[in-house]
Amino acid sequence: MSKIKKSASLAADIDIVPKDSAEAWAYSKIVKDHFFKPRNLVLDANDIKGYDGLGMVGSPACGDMMKVWLWIDKDTDKIKKMKWQTFGCGSAISATSMLSLMVSEKGGMKIDKALKIRAQDITKRLGGLPTRKIHCSVLGDKALRSAINDFFQKTKQLDRVFEENRRMIDKKAKVTDHDIEEAILEGAQTLEDVQKKTKVGIGNPSVIPEVEQLIRFYTEKYFG
Amino acid sequence: MNKNIYLDHASTTPTDPRVVVAMEPYWSQNYGNPSSLYRLSLISKQAILDSREKIAKVLNCQPDEIIFTGGGTESINLAIKGIVMAAKKPAHMITSQIEHHAVLNSCQRMNSQGHKLSILPVDRYGLVALDDVKAAIKDETILVTIMMANNEIGTIEPIQEIGAYLEKLNKDRAKKGLEKIYFHTDACQAAGALDIDVKKLHVDMLTINGSKIYGPKGVGVLYLKNGTRIIPLIDGGGQEKKLRSGTENVPGIVGMAQALTIAYQEKAKENKRQVELRDWFIKELTTKISKSILNGHAEKRLPNNINISFLDIEGEAVLLHLDEVGIMASTGSACTSSSLEPSHVIRALGAPYEVAHGSIRFTLGKSTTKKDLEYVLEKFPAIVEKLRHASPANVDMKEVEKSFVEAERKILEL
Repeated sequence: MSKIKKSASLAADIDIVPKDSAEAWAYSKIVKDHFFKPRNLVLDANDIKGYDGLGMVGSPACGDMMKVWLWIDKDTDKIKKMKWQTFGCGSAISATSMLSLMVSEKGGMKIDKALKIRAQDITKRLGGLPTRKIHCSVLGDKALRSAINDFFQKTKQLDRVFEENRRMIDKKAKVTDHDIEEAILEGAQTLEDVQKKTKVGIGNPSVIPEVEQLIRFYTEKYFG
Repeated sequence: MNKNIYLDHASTTPTDPRVVVAMEPYWSQNYGNPSSLYRLSLISKQAILDSREKIAKVLNCQPDEIIFTGGGTESINLAIKGIVMAAKKPAHMITSQIEHHAVLNSCQRMNSQGHKLSILPVDRYGLVALDDVKAAIKDETILVTIMMANNEIGTIEPIQEIGAYLEKLNKDRAKKGLEKIYFHTDACQAAGALDIDVKKLHVDMLTINGSKIYGPKGVGVLYLKNGTRIIPLIDGGGQEKKLRSGTENVPGIVGMAQALTIAYQEKAKENKRQVELRDWFIKELTTKISKSILNGHAEKRLPNNINISFLDIEGEAVLLHLDEVGIMASTGSACTSSSLEPSHVIRALGAPYEVAHGSIRFTLGKSTTKKDLEYVLEKFPAIVEKLRHASPANVDMKEVEKSFVEAERKILEL
């Protein structure tokens, strides 16, 4: 009883704040580090000059948007530098920051290897993300591939341009029928599952009927 | 020293120490089961009776019209499902797009069991129109449930106006042999700030939650007007007029009554103080920070609610930065919800997705001082600036305005 005040004359006495709240954080230490100290972040896009490839995916409507600039060593075919801007939550910002580190560390990553980076690889390097946040990291690898493609086009390496033999379903989130097929193969069963993996149709609901049709098609194809 | 500025009182409030004091004897000392007959039990029983009376006084109703439950969500479920399950044939419900999920999901559950549901739109400030209520009413309608004030944007709905209309309409319906339309309002956010006199409001059911009014968590009230027949969700020993079985949460009930009493003693003074802080804070934020939009109504607004969208940035990233400097707030961004969709409330205003993703809610409390808000104003614009610098987005304000104007506002019939 002694610890409880008998009366609270001042309003300020009423709010009690947990003492340990300063220590708790929603994500891993690595995510926190990249969120507060983003690597290779562009603060003013007007300052960017002389890059070799530019890629952009997402939209503010779908909750994430990423822009990636690449500098590439043409002799070694390695990525020298990646710079970026992100509109998005903590995980999205940290994921892009980590990606920029992954492709440029240890003297730079070969383009062919960079093309194979998947969202899961970034999540792993971040020390994991809460399940409901994994979708926030799915755009980074796409922005990177889109920038690499831009580089291929600019340098007339037309044989390397991957006109992914796929049908674009959601132009804003850059989700193709193949992405939906992969999501189904990875175990997605509902529209919501597929959206968690791909962000298809978020902020762009007009494409949802087609997505639902594809979900039925691929589910039938593989599990029917 | 680490700052700790709690500006999320719409989410939950700390328990007032005076409430804790009132509850204290009912844990280890007066622990008797109110249903027994010895003296120890009679103390518990009396405590519940007294609490019922205290609450009835605030609501201007009879003590036996107060049903204690396990929280706001449970009260809402009991009101909605209870009324609909008591209907003899497939019935029709009316609610609004901006209700709390406890209301929307309860209505949808009943809808999935064969009852019809109409969901009313709101205007760009979040207001439900009486004309839409009128338009949605069918012969089979038995329930209208509209919140008294919105939890996200603080908009205060015209409950009294709707209630008075329904009361009049019910007289005509009785003559025609049609079912009565019961009116429920979710007052979880409104309690403490607005007058919840059920006679003035003309409601049949009203819900309050202890943890939003500086009371304990896990205790709620359903005001149920005498003569309103509902089916219980929890069967057992028949407590609470057989409508909510289970041994009564005596300390919780005592705490609830004490919290509500205190809230209404301090209401006038505290409202005045909060409204001044609110309006000043809104003005400061929206003038200091470009591309900001106030969500909700400027005047028909809860005294403690500030909800502003800052374009080109995402809410969760803002919250993480705020947390780092000791400020606790909330957002309607999808990134903090379990689904991928941003706030259904802000979307219902006609706002594009971008606006919902960038919304930040600050809700003041009894402890909030002007100094606290000055500290926020010192830190917050820089956070927005920083995130905007790092963001490739550049949403056109004209497009946003167009979205508000062109938003389709129609009654959804399910």
